[in-house]
Amino acid sequence: MSVRVEDLTRSVTGSKGEKTLLQDVSLDVPNGEFVALVGPSGAGKTTLLRAIAGLDPATSGQIMIDGRAMQGLAPRERNVGFVFQNYALFQHLTVAKNISFGLDVLPRAQRPSRTEIAQKVSDLLQLIRLPDLGSAYPYRLSGGQRQRVALARALARRPGLLLLDEPFGALDPVVRRAVRTWIRSLHEQLGLTTILVTHDQEEALDVADRVVVMQDGRIMQDGNADTLEIRPATPFVMEFLGESLCFAGQISRGWFLADEAHIEPFQVADQEAGPAVAMIRPYEVTLVPEAEGSSLKRTGGRYGMARLLVDLGARSVEILRPEAEMPAVDGTKVNLAISSARLFRDGHLLHGKDPVVSAVTAENIRASEIPAHVLSAN
Amino acid sequence: MNAAGDNSMIRWGLVIATYLIVGLMLVLPPVVVLSEALREGIGPAVATLADPDAVSAFRLTLEMTIASVIFNTIFGVLAAWLISKYRFPLRGLLVALIEIPISISPVVAGLVWLLLFGTQGWWGTALERMHIAVAFAPPGILLATIFVTFPYVARTLLPLMEQQGRDVEEAAMLLGASFWQILFYVTLPNARWALLSGILLTTARAMGEFGAVSVVSGHIPGLTETMPLHIETLYNGYQSVAAFTMAALLAIMAMATVWLRSVFEARALRLPEPDVQEGGRA
Repeated sequence: MSVRVEDLTRSVTGSKGEKTLLQDVSLDVPNGEFVALVGPSGAGKTTLLRAIAGLDPATSGQIMIDGRAMQGLAPRERNVGFVFQNYALFQHLTVAKNISFGLDVLPRAQRPSRTEIAQKVSDLLQLIRLPDLGSAYPYRLSGGQRQRVALARALARRPGLLLLDEPFGALDPVVRRAVRTWIRSLHEQLGLTTILVTHDQEEALDVADRVVVMQDGRIMQDGNADTLEIRPATPFVMEFLGESLCFAGQISRGWFLADEAHIEPFQVADQEAGPAVAMIRPYEVTLVPEAEGSSLKRTGGRYGMARLLVDLGARSVEILRPEAEMPAVDGTKVNLAISSARLFRDGHLLHGKDPVVSAVTAENIRASEIPAHVLSAN
Repeated sequence: MNAAGDNSMIRWGLVIATYLIVGLMLVLPPVVVLSEALREGIGPAVATLADPDAVSAFRLTLEMTIASVIFNTIFGVLAAWLISKYRFPLRGLLVALIEIPISISPVVAGLVWLLLFGTQGWWGTALERMHIAVAFAPPGILLATIFVTFPYVARTLLPLMEQQGRDVEEAAMLLGASFWQILFYVTLPNARWALLSGILLTTARAMGEFGAVSVVSGHIPGLTETMPLHIETLYNGYQSVAAFTMAALLAIMAMATVWLRSVFEARALRLPEPDVQEGGRA
């Protein structure tokens, strides 16, 4: 099923006055897509998911599922599968009864026969790889098992849309990874449309076709992993999706000049002059030997990358370089080259330049090679 | 003497003192009641229960108890559901209001019903014209009993339902369950031990109510006397075997109820709590 959210706003009046939980949120999820909603807590991800399920009313805007307006349609009429963060299993019912609940409450005329329901439950138990636990009660299960039961329960009525609220939140890291892969394969196997809420950006980028980054009740950016990495719409998106370094500076006559010392200027095409912020991943920074440069200190490393502390005077930043490079830079003074940084002005990405392309093609230019008129402008 | 020895002395002293107080204050009265009832042997004691007024008191008590338990169970479930699952204006006030009967003397409650429904009361004349007797009649007793036992079901359900939150009900809703299906298949089964415990507490309290019923009933033997009232009448009439026999019967009924309740509570505790701790809310 496809989902379309148009200008959805939800505000609630609490003890501290009116609070906007969602602000003009629009989202289009085509049939069969796996979308992740990410953002820090309080960003409105769960609120959006609950609005799609019909659990919370919207103040304005509308939600369409399969082209059908959902306004006034109760949750039970939407045929949406929902998995709660704490699973919300029925503690007083066995696993089998939990799974068959959605079928058991159907009106007699639509309800499958007992044997059909039993067959369906056994199929679903097979699907979640817990074939022998039908008669167990939820409290006997581990976190991962409960989560799979909650999923089977949500799938029993064959929903076309599956909504998952922080489905991995309560699981330990090893189980988490396994369940993540399994949910992805389930999504493909059953041809579902899936919307997943998570505060873990790694998880989102890993499992989803498309990631929707939310902040303060708004959608900041909506795109696939590459788009978000190459063209993050705002500094927040850049920071949220991974460790990043931030350098304030000026764009002047086609060059970015950092305010801090020991940062190599780099060329930027077609950008208006003025203040800008350059943001870069720690592993994208390269080192340029420079007699007047900064000293390096190795603080650790993993996956063949060394973590280096670079002293910039007023502050120190940590960067990552391949271990192979270490002997060459050991004990030397360096400048940082950040030509693959994304440039932001007034909280938005500056367009007209593809940072990754420039990362590949741009030469790191020595300070001495910069035209004098550029330096004088700084 | 060292500190550890000191401590154990104090501990044992406290244990003995506690048992003494419990024995004197709580165990002695029912024991005395039972021994007084059986002073002339079990035959005469049982014979007093066959007295028509005694039978009538027993029956009235049962009727009033059953009726008020039914009313307060329905009301208590609704109130607990409403208060724990929804946010609405003056919600805190409603919680406080439900607790009024615990803090107000039952006699006051009885007086209020008399003021409203008595012959000289606000609605007394109107009711009389319609030949409806409330004061000095079973309906008045029922009102008094309901008032006194009002909070118990709601109060025992509330903490449990609050702790359970809305998630399971929302899950049921999304799975297609209707309002009533959610109530009967999800909410109540989840709270069944607390509900039973609240019902039994209401029962014990309803059977023993004296003050409110005493004011509103008019003490008419054979007509408006419940067991506690009849006990007083018998005792004041120097029929101490009859009085203590009925008192013993009432005490046994109440203790049986409380015992049942503790059995259910033990069962409820043995069942693990729903996994609310696992994974906080976003």
